[in-house]
Amino acid sequence: MYTHRPTRIPPDSERKMKGIFIMKRKAFRAALPCTLPVMMGYIFLGIAFGVLLSGKGFSPLWALLMSVCIYAGSMQFVAISIMAAPFAPLSAFLMTLMVNARHLFYGLSMLEPFKNMGRLKPYMIFSLTDETYSLLCGVKTPEGVDRKYFLFFISLLDQLYWIAGSCIGAIAGNLIPFDSTGIDFAMTSLFLVIFVEQWESVTDASRTSSTCTAALPAPSSNGSATAFIRCFSIHLPALLGIGITLLCLLLFGTDNFLVFSMAGILAALLLFRRQCSPSDLSSLPPDCAAGQAPDSASAIPSKEQENRP
Amino acid sequence: MTPQTFLQLCITIAIITFATVLSRALPFFLFPAGKETPPVIRYLGTVLPYAVIAMLVVYCFKNVSVFSGSHGLPELIAAAFVIIAHKRRHNLLLSIAGGTALYMLLVQVVF
Repeated sequence: MYTHRPTRIPPDSERKMKGIFIMKRKAFRAALPCTLPVMMGYIFLGIAFGVLLSGKGFSPLWALLMSVCIYAGSMQFVAISIMAAPFAPLSAFLMTLMVNARHLFYGLSMLEPFKNMGRLKPYMIFSLTDETYSLLCGVKTPEGVDRKYFLFFISLLDQLYWIAGSCIGAIAGNLIPFDSTGIDFAMTSLFLVIFVEQWESVTDASRTSSTCTAALPAPSSNGSATAFIRCFSIHLPALLGIGITLLCLLLFGTDNFLVFSMAGILAALLLFRRQCSPSDLSSLPPDCAAGQAPDSASAIPSKEQENRP
Repeated sequence: MTPQTFLQLCITIAIITFATVLSRALPFFLFPAGKETPPVIRYLGTVLPYAVIAMLVVYCFKNVSVFSGSHGLPELIAAAFVIIAHKRRHNLLLSIAGGTALYMLLVQVVF
């Protein structure tokens, strides 16, 4: 970040610094509105975390330390019970790996978007929480805004909200008893909102790319059935996610289902690779899609695509 | 209060921090930016977000029991509110704050 420097800087580098400052300010201003949903969720959730932590007799400083260092929404709730129990480093380690195993998926889908993040990359990886990940999946860098700093400020702001929320909760929880039952629904609401937005973005993308469907073999004959299949197939990844997770929840119970469901989702996505890859381009003659990576054929507007010439 | 000493608490936090960073950074170590990422991995990168958010939605409802307590009605009502409100208005504040407030009201007062 930018702070005041001693005077006597050559005018040339001063102008350059000013340019960088303006560029960062612009990125910050573009990032701020994008983070509003997470602000809502994180301040609520952070408060819930702070209240619970102080309820176990920890001072607000612990909340600050945990939110700065660990910075993992649901894991920090688990961490409260780990910290309130007798010292067990190995089980703390394994527990964290299990609760956070879904982060492996986030990393996989951020390999490309983070490729050019430079020295900001370590922080981007460190701060890849559920909520930040879901924002980064959805945002588009506005025209004329530096993408690197735009993404960085989204991540940074999210963590600041989380820290602020957890400190408020820890301090307020020590002062006034407050019935926070149900406050964790903020996280559920956030994911639901992101789910709705993703669903609509896929629908929109398939509608705008309908020019490509001219190349599809006669979709007109039994229109409604084709439309249904089409609608089903563009939402297949989301539907697989819901179906497999529900199935695993029923089969394996609340404690272990996430591991099975992740394995199941991975297997299903690989199995249905042809169906999940957007039909528009994969059904075009090969020369149309030649030289393109499979993911660039995606009907889903992604950040990399924007940056491609 | 906790049975752990100050030092033990610090070690616990350090371990949790390390394991969290590990879970987030592992894919980046396995597939370094310098090398070409395999197409399968890139395909997964584009479709996983949709499946994972869907998984997280289900994950949030994991403790709902349909056959006991409030039968999951507060969750159902609040979730329906969030989805409908967001489809209609696309107002994040309304969807999230409204949904959370409604849910808190339902579990604390109504059910």
